[in-house]
Amino acid sequence: MDWSWAVVYELLPKMWEGLIVTVQATFVGALLAYVLGLLLALLKMSKSWIVAKTSYWISEFVRRTPLLVQLYFLFYVLPDFGIFLSPFVAGVIGLGIHFSTYTSEVYRAGIENVPAGQWEASRALNYNAYQTMSYVILPQAIPPMIPPLANYLITMFKETPLLSAITVVELFNVATIFSNSNYKYLEPMTLVGVFFLIVSVPAAYAAMKLEQHFKPKDTGFS
Amino acid sequence: MEEILEYSPLLIKGTITTIELTLASAVLAVIISFVVGLSRFSRLRFVRAAAIVYLEFFRGTSAIVQMFFMFYVLPLFGVTFPPLLAGILACGLNLGSYGSEVVRSAVESVGRGQHEAAQALNYSIYQRFRYVLIPQAVPVMIPTFGNLLIELLKLTAVASLITISDLTFMSQIIRVQTALTLEPFLVILVIYFIISSVLVWFTKWIERKFAAGRHTITSKGA
Repeated sequence: MDWSWAVVYELLPKMWEGLIVTVQATFVGALLAYVLGLLLALLKMSKSWIVAKTSYWISEFVRRTPLLVQLYFLFYVLPDFGIFLSPFVAGVIGLGIHFSTYTSEVYRAGIENVPAGQWEASRALNYNAYQTMSYVILPQAIPPMIPPLANYLITMFKETPLLSAITVVELFNVATIFSNSNYKYLEPMTLVGVFFLIVSVPAAYAAMKLEQHFKPKDTGFS
Repeated sequence: MEEILEYSPLLIKGTITTIELTLASAVLAVIISFVVGLSRFSRLRFVRAAAIVYLEFFRGTSAIVQMFFMFYVLPLFGVTFPPLLAGILACGLNLGSYGSEVVRSAVESVGRGQHEAAQALNYSIYQRFRYVLIPQAVPVMIPTFGNLLIELLKLTAVASLITISDLTFMSQIIRVQTALTLEPFLVILVIYFIISSVLVWFTKWIERKFAAGRHTITSKGA
């Protein structure tokens, strides 16, 4: 089996378009995951026992079942209830919901890792809930959250090929469509791999730098 | 729902395939994790480099791309795997890359004094890892390995795309044959949830076993 550069030249422009869809899906999905995750984290930390338990088990259900099946669910089941989503929208919602269960754990851990003394100190200073959150808790809770949230962005990027299963024409699907119509597998599959490496290896390196940057500094106050 | 019951033999078969796939690739992933993770401590530069290349390659590209590569591209070079084996290899190699990082960081987390003590006792490298470092690193690895096991189970759903007749594949067959959508997907989501919950309990049980073992050692020492 010989490598054909002609195939590569034919493919590259198409794959570039696919990459754009992949990147869009990643960012929109991630945005959704970050927002929904925060909401889910707050629900899980709710003082009401029922709310906390229910949201915990819903989140576990989503986290313990495969994203691919969830995507099928959104894509095939919702239309029966009169909800028609485009493949891209269904895919992004699936990604967002699935990974919100992961990001919610990041938020929860971030907030719970702020020492109890900080809450007590804000109380002693007679801060109200808003002041406590915005001046004391969040400034300490947010920096450690950034590296794991960035890592989930990379993870989501690598999960986007699953969207091809619900007919989204992203990077991977461009390659499979080309493969199936031209009976060429070597170049398209290799190129997809290379594209992923080009994006995710530097991204992982950047995330590692981020981690070092936001390493909790020993303030002596914990 | 009654129509789904008619398909229960298919669902049972799919469940068995999913479990087989998960367990076989889990064994492979654990072996790879230890081999690659420990290679990072090698004194030989090329061994360390090979481990990093493996890690970045399998962690940097998508599992679905690796699976398609194994199933469609390798046969072009005369390497043909039956689908199930290709699935096991792809899942095992993919998760092994994440696992190797778990092994590496767990061994690194063992106190510096332990490394030095082993050296002071004139232990060979083999003895150092076998009797001092690994026994203390394993309990640290277990919770993360537990999470990876769930990721692995979810990854096996992707294997349905390379014609392995696992649960996800069966749900598609049922969907096509009955034109039902909600029931097949809901049923298999619940089956996945049950399997992963069993895996979660299993990990917690092992965690407790190790915690108990450690407790007796410390209490005897005191």
